[in-house]
Amino acid sequence: MNDMTPAQREARLEGVGCKRKRVEDVRFTQGKGNYVDDIKMPGMLHGDFVRSQYGHAKIKKIDTSRAKALPGVIAVLTAEDLKPLGLHWMPTLAGDVQAVLADGRVSFQNQEIAFVIATDRYITDDAIQLVDVEYEELPVIVDPFKAMLPDAPVLRPDLEGKMTGAHGPRKHHNHIFEWTIGDKEATDIAFSKAEVTIKELISYHRTHPSPLETCQCLASFDKIKGELTVYGTFQAPHVIRTVASLLSKIPEHKIHVIAPDIGGGFGNKVGAYAGYICSIVASIVTGLPVKWVEDRMENLSTTSFARDYHMTTEIAATKDGKVTGLRVHVLADHGAFDSCADPSKWPAGFFNIVTGSYDFPVAHVAVDGVYTNKAPGGVAYRCSFRVTEAAYCIERGMDILAQKLGMDPADLRMKNFVRREQFPYQSALGWEYDSGDYHLAMQKAMDAIGYKALRAEQKAKQAAFKRGETREIMGLGISFFTEIVGAGPSKNCDILGIAMFDSAEIRIHPTGSIIARMGSKSQGQGHETTWAQIIATELGIPSDDIMIEEGNTDTAPYGLGTYGSRSTPVAGAAIAMAARKIKNKAQMIAAHLLEVSEYDLEWDIDGFRVKGNPSRSKTMKEIAWAAYNSPPPGLEPGLEAVNYYDPPNMTYPFGAYFCVMDIDVDTGVAKTRRFYALDDCGTRINPMIIEGQVHGGLTEAFAIAMGQEIKYDEMGNVVGASFMDFFIPTAVETPKWETDFTVTPSPHHPIGANGVGESPNVGGVPAFSNAVNDAFQFLGSTHIQMPHDAWRIWEVGQKLGA
Amino acid sequence: MQLALLLQRTRFYRRNNEKSCYPTGSQFHGGNKLIPGPFTYHPPSSVAEAIAVLAAHGDEARPLAGGHSLIPMMKLRMATPEHLVDLGAIKELSGIRADGADLVIGATTTQAELIKSDLLAAKAPIIRETALQIADPQIRSKGTLGGNVANGDPGNDMPAVMQCLNARYVLHGKGGERIVAARDFYQGAYFTALQEGEILVAVRIPTPAAGHGSSYEKLKRKIGDYATAATAVILTVSGGKVASAAVTLTNVASTPLFAEEAGRLVIGSACDAATIKRAAEAAKAITDPATDGRGTAAYRREMAGVMTARALVKAFARAKTGA
Repeated sequence: MNDMTPAQREARLEGVGCKRKRVEDVRFTQGKGNYVDDIKMPGMLHGDFVRSQYGHAKIKKIDTSRAKALPGVIAVLTAEDLKPLGLHWMPTLAGDVQAVLADGRVSFQNQEIAFVIATDRYITDDAIQLVDVEYEELPVIVDPFKAMLPDAPVLRPDLEGKMTGAHGPRKHHNHIFEWTIGDKEATDIAFSKAEVTIKELISYHRTHPSPLETCQCLASFDKIKGELTVYGTFQAPHVIRTVASLLSKIPEHKIHVIAPDIGGGFGNKVGAYAGYICSIVASIVTGLPVKWVEDRMENLSTTSFARDYHMTTEIAATKDGKVTGLRVHVLADHGAFDSCADPSKWPAGFFNIVTGSYDFPVAHVAVDGVYTNKAPGGVAYRCSFRVTEAAYCIERGMDILAQKLGMDPADLRMKNFVRREQFPYQSALGWEYDSGDYHLAMQKAMDAIGYKALRAEQKAKQAAFKRGETREIMGLGISFFTEIVGAGPSKNCDILGIAMFDSAEIRIHPTGSIIARMGSKSQGQGHETTWAQIIATELGIPSDDIMIEEGNTDTAPYGLGTYGSRSTPVAGAAIAMAARKIKNKAQMIAAHLLEVSEYDLEWDIDGFRVKGNPSRSKTMKEIAWAAYNSPPPGLEPGLEAVNYYDPPNMTYPFGAYFCVMDIDVDTGVAKTRRFYALDDCGTRINPMIIEGQVHGGLTEAFAIAMGQEIKYDEMGNVVGASFMDFFIPTAVETPKWETDFTVTPSPHHPIGANGVGESPNVGGVPAFSNAVNDAFQFLGSTHIQMPHDAWRIWEVGQKLGA
Repeated sequence: MQLALLLQRTRFYRRNNEKSCYPTGSQFHGGNKLIPGPFTYHPPSSVAEAIAVLAAHGDEARPLAGGHSLIPMMKLRMATPEHLVDLGAIKELSGIRADGADLVIGATTTQAELIKSDLLAAKAPIIRETALQIADPQIRSKGTLGGNVANGDPGNDMPAVMQCLNARYVLHGKGGERIVAARDFYQGAYFTALQEGEILVAVRIPTPAAGHGSSYEKLKRKIGDYATAATAVILTVSGGKVASAAVTLTNVASTPLFAEEAGRLVIGSACDAATIKRAAEAAKAITDPATDGRGTAAYRREMAGVMTARALVKAFARAKTGA
């Protein structure tokens, strides 16, 4: 490497900080990805569900005889068939149970009733039409507030009499849990002494992550070997294998769970679904591979929803705008079964990040989870557990407070930010924020967007509107969010008792190339690209010489998977730590080769050199060869390492987002003129991938805020569960994004990286919603519920007499 | 294809609660909504052959044009025709030409071909303007004018435009040819004057007057969506005043609407604000929209008025003032 300058050697690595092109895109852009539905096995059967037409009904009779008589139909499974195996119900991640196939009752529309297995995809679907189900309709509850009325119908008779659930006492027959945190007494005192208070019901509607690829799996049981192979869309393949082993009693080492390429997850692919159980059972029963592939309507209406949080928000403050207390009560609609995907001890996720970026001296939160006749799920749609709900709650709340105080919402935020010198900062609701510089980020964002000039323009437009000169109004939405990601430390995070560590295994081959495997699982995040960059910087081997593998539970080390922006904070840390183990050994080998003491060596980009004599050096590639072929006496050959990383704390990425919106009052059509997103995710591993993540997350946030909704009518029909109605914006509707950053490295993460994938969804939604709200404020509006689709915005204008 | 409307037409439909426009119990019984039931495929090469196949199978047969309404319905198993008669190979059904005072467009002419046609751009630009607002480029390369107007879906854009242009539909069946005016063709959602065994072969449009102004104003949630409300306007101007005007509306009732009164009201005016307002009110008055994902009935009625006002202003501005 003597012919290259240090800068050239550095650049050649394409390590941390490099805008390296995504290596996985070579196959994705050429149609060469390998997804579950691409996998075909000899003799493969196809399974699919008969589903409930009703939101709530008794099942009087299921007649499968006509379906079974159709040539090509192998079996039709109902709850009766699963009963002897004890698999007609399954445990959920949240400590509840969920019907795998309806056991005498359906509790939400499109619930799974029977699983039809046939030799051909078309025959399966023909046979589904031949299964006759006789129902007796029951009263339906889709409103969580009505579910808690004393005379509400009992939605879960299987739980009747059980007044204690997985998370403590149940107050009502449709109540799941109450979760509280914070100092109630001190908070109540703060409110009783407050000069100014606000109180508002802020609802975050039900939506869905809707990844491009739906949930699917292919199960194959080898009766001779007693081994089960499952290909599936799993964000957490190792956990799926453990759960499959516990449920099926097949030893874990005889289960091979493989998550191949995944076409987006966003939380949808964390849970365990009836389709997985039924295909596994069907394969065990038939001895043949069985594939299950969800269609779009099934995906939107059954496997997981997100949000459905109804947050009564109160803030106490002084007259001059210093916050003195926060009190939030949440009614959380969990649907028919509590299968929310949160760490086990956290039934409301990390909602207690709801104090946000502000220095609240006291706060109290109470969350009541309730059952309704809606699909179960409750996944974190591109957000760490319930963090987007919390961010929306506080960011909307701060705007409402600013309005009441007659203060500029940016000034109010500046006045109440946790200050840089306060980190590490103990929040009133129990978190230790590790780092941040909120004032710096906010000021940079305000300068970049030209905040003062925009406010002046808005004022002029409001005057023109009042004079009848224009029918357009302008909104300026601010969101300053603090996330909590990287679940998580084993002291407070586990899933079904499995601590939420993650892992990496790195092996350097004799020629200096690398294979590395992780417990995480990319669904589009670009791990094959970024994980290699971390290793490249740590070990001085070019990224292009490093292969990353994830998703195969036989070869990858155990990890908890990818969701909640945890990959970089946890698996990313494990990678750096494993690489450092290798580096330590490499230093010993280099010292041996250079005949100096280890302590006389220093790291130099891609190898070790002798301090004070840089001409004497060994590259990592040379060291790799020596590690296998001429290791120092007494040192075992080889150059590889494993690390399981239990993070000491969460990470706390933050950002300042501004949205400038113009609204046509006559049609309710809102146009985003500018959207500026400043993210601080600590050390930036691949700025291009970060930018892509931010673009994608903002597009989702835009969709959610402006109309993306899973809606039920009062009879329990899920309406609009197709892309005809469910808002997925195209390039035409999507605003142009302006991205920016500050860098505050996490002090406890080995490379200072915080995670970024979810920030834009978390921070984006309040920015859009605050823009709509801000636009109507001068006409007397305080709070407008999401989603803000055109007809709802128009109705607001009508009500305000605009 | 609009789900809520189709639901109302399926035999599964039961209305238990007047407050909702949706039935209790979905018509979906599970199964993958991408897998149609079995059917026989017929690719006739002439109109006569197509009519013979349709006649042989009665109501078990359906003609297939671009397939962008019928095939999704079949995948959802809302339509289960046993025989599909593909009109795609019949050459005489395609093409755009001037024929005397008329513009004639073959039924299987695609939206993309309408957009590409210089003849239409010169003589009736509202057709290109409308076609560009239908679905997306992929669908426009398959979707046909004939399918769009003959299917009877009130969400389709071309029926109102054809009514605005006062087009005539040429229908062929066992009994030979008959002509039905676009303004008389639509009877209800998915119900038209088309009789069993008949196919629409062409659309005849009286060439609009030179110098006319037109506009198609469509409010939609996103690319690919049907109109929340839309208005087509064609007018002529003489001496600075409207001399003739036609106004039609899309997707604010179970059929496209010919807003005769709205058109009449602007004649003789210079499209001043007060007149436009009266015309928009007249257009709104004849609407009967459903509440759906696009908005409440009240909103959609109001939008019919807003679109009418905007289309009138635009068409007036585009018209050349005659002597």
